[in-house]
Amino acid sequence: MPESSRDELKRRLQQYLGADNIIVDQESQRPYECDALTIYCDLPLLVALPETTVQVQQVLRVCHQLNVPVVARGAGTGLCAGAMPHPEGVLLALTKLDRIVNIDPLARTARVQPGVSNLAISEAVAAHGLYYGPDPSSQVACSIGGNVAENSGGVHCLKYGLTVHNILSLDILTVEGEALTIGSQGLDSPGYDLMALFTGSEGLLGIVTEITVRLLPLPEAAQVVMAGFESVDAAGDAVGAVISAGIIPAGLEMMDRLAIQAAEDFAQAGYPRDAAAILLCEVDGTREEVDQHVSQVVNLFNSMGASSLTISRDEAHRSLLWKGRKSAFPAVGRLAPDYYCMDGTIPRGQVSFVLNEMHQMSEHYDLRVANVFHAGDGNLHPLILFDASDPNDVRKAEEFGSRILKLAVQVGGCITGEHGVGVEKLRLMPSQFSTEELLQLEDIKHAFDPALNLNPGKGVPILKRCQEYRALPTRHQHE
Amino acid sequence: MSEEPKPAGLDASDHSEAIVTSLVQAREEGRPVYISAGGSKRHIAGRDCDSDILDVSLHRGIVDYQPQELVITARAGTPLTELIAALQEHNQMLPFEPPLFGGKATLGGTLACNLSGPARPFRGSIRDAVLGVQLINGKCELLNFGGKVMKNVAGYDVSRLQAGALGTLGVISEVSLKLLPQPEKTLSLRYEMTVGDAIECMNRRAGEPKPLSGAFWFNGELTLRLSGAASAVDSTATQWGGDILEAADNTWERLRDMTLPYFANDEPLWRFSVNPAATISAATDSSLIDWGGAQRWLRGEYPQQELQQAAARAGGHVTLFRGGDRAAEVRSPLSGAEQHLQQQLKHAFDPDGILNPGRLYSWL
Repeated sequence: MPESSRDELKRRLQQYLGADNIIVDQESQRPYECDALTIYCDLPLLVALPETTVQVQQVLRVCHQLNVPVVARGAGTGLCAGAMPHPEGVLLALTKLDRIVNIDPLARTARVQPGVSNLAISEAVAAHGLYYGPDPSSQVACSIGGNVAENSGGVHCLKYGLTVHNILSLDILTVEGEALTIGSQGLDSPGYDLMALFTGSEGLLGIVTEITVRLLPLPEAAQVVMAGFESVDAAGDAVGAVISAGIIPAGLEMMDRLAIQAAEDFAQAGYPRDAAAILLCEVDGTREEVDQHVSQVVNLFNSMGASSLTISRDEAHRSLLWKGRKSAFPAVGRLAPDYYCMDGTIPRGQVSFVLNEMHQMSEHYDLRVANVFHAGDGNLHPLILFDASDPNDVRKAEEFGSRILKLAVQVGGCITGEHGVGVEKLRLMPSQFSTEELLQLEDIKHAFDPALNLNPGKGVPILKRCQEYRALPTRHQHE
Repeated sequence: MSEEPKPAGLDASDHSEAIVTSLVQAREEGRPVYISAGGSKRHIAGRDCDSDILDVSLHRGIVDYQPQELVITARAGTPLTELIAALQEHNQMLPFEPPLFGGKATLGGTLACNLSGPARPFRGSIRDAVLGVQLINGKCELLNFGGKVMKNVAGYDVSRLQAGALGTLGVISEVSLKLLPQPEKTLSLRYEMTVGDAIECMNRRAGEPKPLSGAFWFNGELTLRLSGAASAVDSTATQWGGDILEAADNTWERLRDMTLPYFANDEPLWRFSVNPAATISAATDSSLIDWGGAQRWLRGEYPQQELQQAAARAGGHVTLFRGGDRAAEVRSPLSGAEQHLQQQLKHAFDPDGILNPGRLYSWL
């Protein structure tokens, strides 16, 4: 971009947003250089921090007029480099739009701005006996706008769904800065379901400025059954047994030996260190229902050969049992200088096969891997331990990760269950999609953003418009 | 049931190639098609479409069903009754309780029309249950999106986009759905109530952590349905009181299939999809209110624009679901900006406009 256009961009955004809401110097831009996948980073032309929807609209209009890329960013907790800045673009940070606009307890909805944190919604509506369902591990920090962009899940999705199941309506701005509302306060829309298309679109189709979320009644009771198993296979079979018995647990998580030990060192939650795998099975509902399901789950786990069993005694104990799981990533992170978190989803029946294959890959690459797994919905989070200061380790970790995701596709799954494609998995998209399918996705992108200025270089590979396309610089196109 | 459900992978009912061939021919001849299988939705949900019929009814059968995975994959022409029978053997069900329309309703049509029954607010719609689709777009390409797993965020959600698109973005070929176990017990409670009180009551009850699975009001009576663990159903029924409906009562099935007397005449039938707690001034007393207040049926001749304005005030939209002038627009209008996006999207899937033209809107 010529210097003159750069100055024009800065001058006009300063005029609309005020100098305090623009960051131009590189040192102050550093906190925005990456999301939580820190191996991919870059600096933008400038960071814009609008305080109002009108200011967001002005940023988009200016960028549209000057043909400048726009990368939206929430809290920066994403795990696929979806919010990595574009070196020739504006990083549009939406954190200052952090207002809960309205709560309607009777209709069980809340209207919130995109910068509101996931947990803040549940906290704000708790007094009405309600909460917001999806609960990613980063829920203290992650923003609801980012949740919409990634279609975030969490440990409760099997029963309560993903973001796409828990939002009703979005106020969006098109790449040209035009405002419209999609979805409705009812349960569907008159035309195409743009809610489905926008949720999980990684900031490639438009910018979300307000979200109407559905709220759920807080369950009367919830209890966790933790079971240790002597093999991963046995734990996998026990997951199938729970589902077959007609119980949909609120959460059903599996951890393998390395993850158990790391989490126990970190949280002292009372996990059985000698187990090859543990299951954490939470059931919720009415008091009577929870009693009934806990006793069914205990019987099932016993009959499937559990080597240990713990039932949460009270709320504090239940929180402690979850604390180990929820802190598993940082806990595993203490075992090595860095870890690389993968996100493939597989059919539940393939768990043992995939974990055993992964074990062999781990030996091949001489890199340890800890497994944390949303077992109820087949979403794997292998954590590959490596040293980012060693280029050879980085290369091996990336190759190891790619092989895991390709294996997930081979057994009938997908390359990402809830973290998104971003920059990270762009090169893996052809392992899940044919050329015609990728071209169809590209045509969808083109329908919303013909100049390809929204979050370029992420999400969906661009095949046919490559000459005119402003891809990311080659240093980000890892092979 | 005319046929036994077929075991996975053993039937010879994969007609996707034949459908592609027909579509290629239609495209070359510049001849748009109207996609049809069971024909149960020919004159409902959207505008009438007079294009030549592309019959996909032979493309049927269960492709894969793994009860432990809570997932079924079937071809679009599969009658829902066939799916339901296969699921029942494993004590499972389609979460969205779709209308069966006398056994004629098929999987593809149900997804295309996004039709779900009384359980919809509590267990989700067919749109919510879709995990993946195989689709033939307007360029006659056979494409797969989504998959057979619970979570998948690679690429845009083309699968759910098919829900309610009325076949205008592609010929749905196969669908993978998330399933649920059948509830251990179901019980219905009835109360005499005015419409205003009933709307409030439905919403208040839906905000309680109880196993509510249906809530509808008609003609001074509110009916609530509880489904789930027997212990939870029984304790809730005790707490909530009301008259318990006999187990043999088939009101919910008739509500689902639109065979209650309310639906049994030729008058125009309007479907409001609105904020469940909203008050709609237009003829609320003579409505049938389902989905805990979020879906409201209204029978009779009304000025369409007035109903559209009332629906908009109630945070939603209204469709002339059945009857009336089906050559005119039947759905609430969209803003100029949204109309433009929808046209661009249609063009991205069907550049020559050969798939169900005008079925959703005259301009799509």
